[in-house]
Amino acid sequence: MKQTNNQIQVLHEQYVIRLKQEKRWVRFFQLLIFVAFFSLWEIASRNHWIDPLLFSSPSTIWKLFVQKIADGSLVSHTGITLGETIIGFMLATFAGTFFAALLWWFPRLSKIVDPYLVILNAMPKVALGPIFIVALGPGFTSIIAMGTIISLIITTIVVYTSFKEVDPNYIKVLKTFGASRFQCFKEAVLPSSFPTIISTLKVNVGLSWVGVVVGEFLVSKQGLGYMIIYGFQVFNFTLVLLSLLVIAFLATIMYQIVGWIERKLIKNR
Amino acid sequence: MNFLVVDHVSHTYFTEKAAVTALENVSLEIEKGEFVSFLGPSGCGKTTLLSIIAALIQPTKGSVILEGEKVHSIHPSVGYMLQQDYLFPWKTIEENILLGLTIMGMNSNEAKQRALDLLSRIGLKGVETYYPNQLSGGMRQRAALVRTLATDPKILLLDEPFSALDYQTKLKLEELVWKTLKEYKKTALLVTHDIGEAIAMSDRIFLFSAKPGRLVRTFIVPKELRNLSPFHSRNHTTFSELFQFIWKELDSLEANE
Repeated sequence: MKQTNNQIQVLHEQYVIRLKQEKRWVRFFQLLIFVAFFSLWEIASRNHWIDPLLFSSPSTIWKLFVQKIADGSLVSHTGITLGETIIGFMLATFAGTFFAALLWWFPRLSKIVDPYLVILNAMPKVALGPIFIVALGPGFTSIIAMGTIISLIITTIVVYTSFKEVDPNYIKVLKTFGASRFQCFKEAVLPSSFPTIISTLKVNVGLSWVGVVVGEFLVSKQGLGYMIIYGFQVFNFTLVLLSLLVIAFLATIMYQIVGWIERKLIKNR
Repeated sequence: MNFLVVDHVSHTYFTEKAAVTALENVSLEIEKGEFVSFLGPSGCGKTTLLSIIAALIQPTKGSVILEGEKVHSIHPSVGYMLQQDYLFPWKTIEENILLGLTIMGMNSNEAKQRALDLLSRIGLKGVETYYPNQLSGGMRQRAALVRTLATDPKILLLDEPFSALDYQTKLKLEELVWKTLKEYKKTALLVTHDIGEAIAMSDRIFLFSAKPGRLVRTFIVPKELRNLSPFHSRNHTTFSELFQFIWKELDSLEANE
């Protein structure tokens, strides 16, 4: 008996080691792709396989990065864009969930507005940009409005669908205790929709960046979107690529934060 | 006076295409402390009748009278148990069993303590901080029973609460529910399509026919079985006699369709 127990323990250890090895390999290849991509880019640019004026090179971007950090402009532009994105993203998520709750509360309202929601969702929201700028002024407010509107409708639709699909038996349980409609919403409908809300958060992270950057294109005053459009106008593609890399980096971090919230919020299912 | 009276209740469901009569002219009376079963094939409106008694739906015709008062809206004197436990997966067992009390605003410390005591008496001590997915099916259904009993309802409506469990767990749980309800002197109404379960647990059995749901017969379970717990009742000779009898009755109902 002891013999077999030992054998099982050995097998288990081997299994854990294999799992770790697998994880290490995945990490290794991820890192390899990263390093290979930037090295190849650098080499291709230096040897003029690609046009350095258009595609720049990691080393030039890095030099510009250091310079922009030193003069403080990158930090301020990034800060502005990041702030706008986070506000737009939060507004879209909360307002979208709130509208979804309204639709759930008033079933007739949801029937009435259903076709309008579908059309609004299909419409390219960035096309509303010029109207926002005229109506709200060329600044912070218009850009946040862009960052919000771009994911608001889809959030409303997706969250409302998940509200509707809550297992009616949970509501039945609550109703047998005499629960009010609000209690049903608070105890069953909202918590059981958390997984869906989180997954819309993941989509909204990306969408909000798009909305805000397009907003900054149009307003052209400050922010990473402004840096991109400015770089394009003066044909400084190093600046464009630097802004893009910063956005990619920040979007990754926001995504990680959403993942962390997800693990905290829905650990028990 | 009768504890619960179902007075000429009919119910029809309306859809765009048709009107389906689920219950037709059902009348019955239940005494305080009695354990009765609604037995019948699927589609006989058992669950509809249970929902009407719980005031989850209003009958098209007729009325339900509980302790001399007409049942209008959902009232705390009725406890309802569903086919599955429907414990809320994002709440701990403690939060789950106190749910009814919280909703009704009766969450005094004594009421909470009573619910927790009941939980440990039912063999679930020490799982208060667990989440439902950490418990087995039988344990979850027991926790659901505690949740239902926590609000101290006068009548329990059991809507096939054992049907989703494996046979062994089901027998154990029947035993536990029966004993608990007898101990607390609760009136109970069990919906089932399991003849054995109906005989083993109840004092009276109401047999329903399907499409439309009608009350066709009432069986009184013999005294010698009534006083036995479900498990012992199943081993009694009278049990199989009654089983055969009800079986034939159900069979002839289906043949008449």
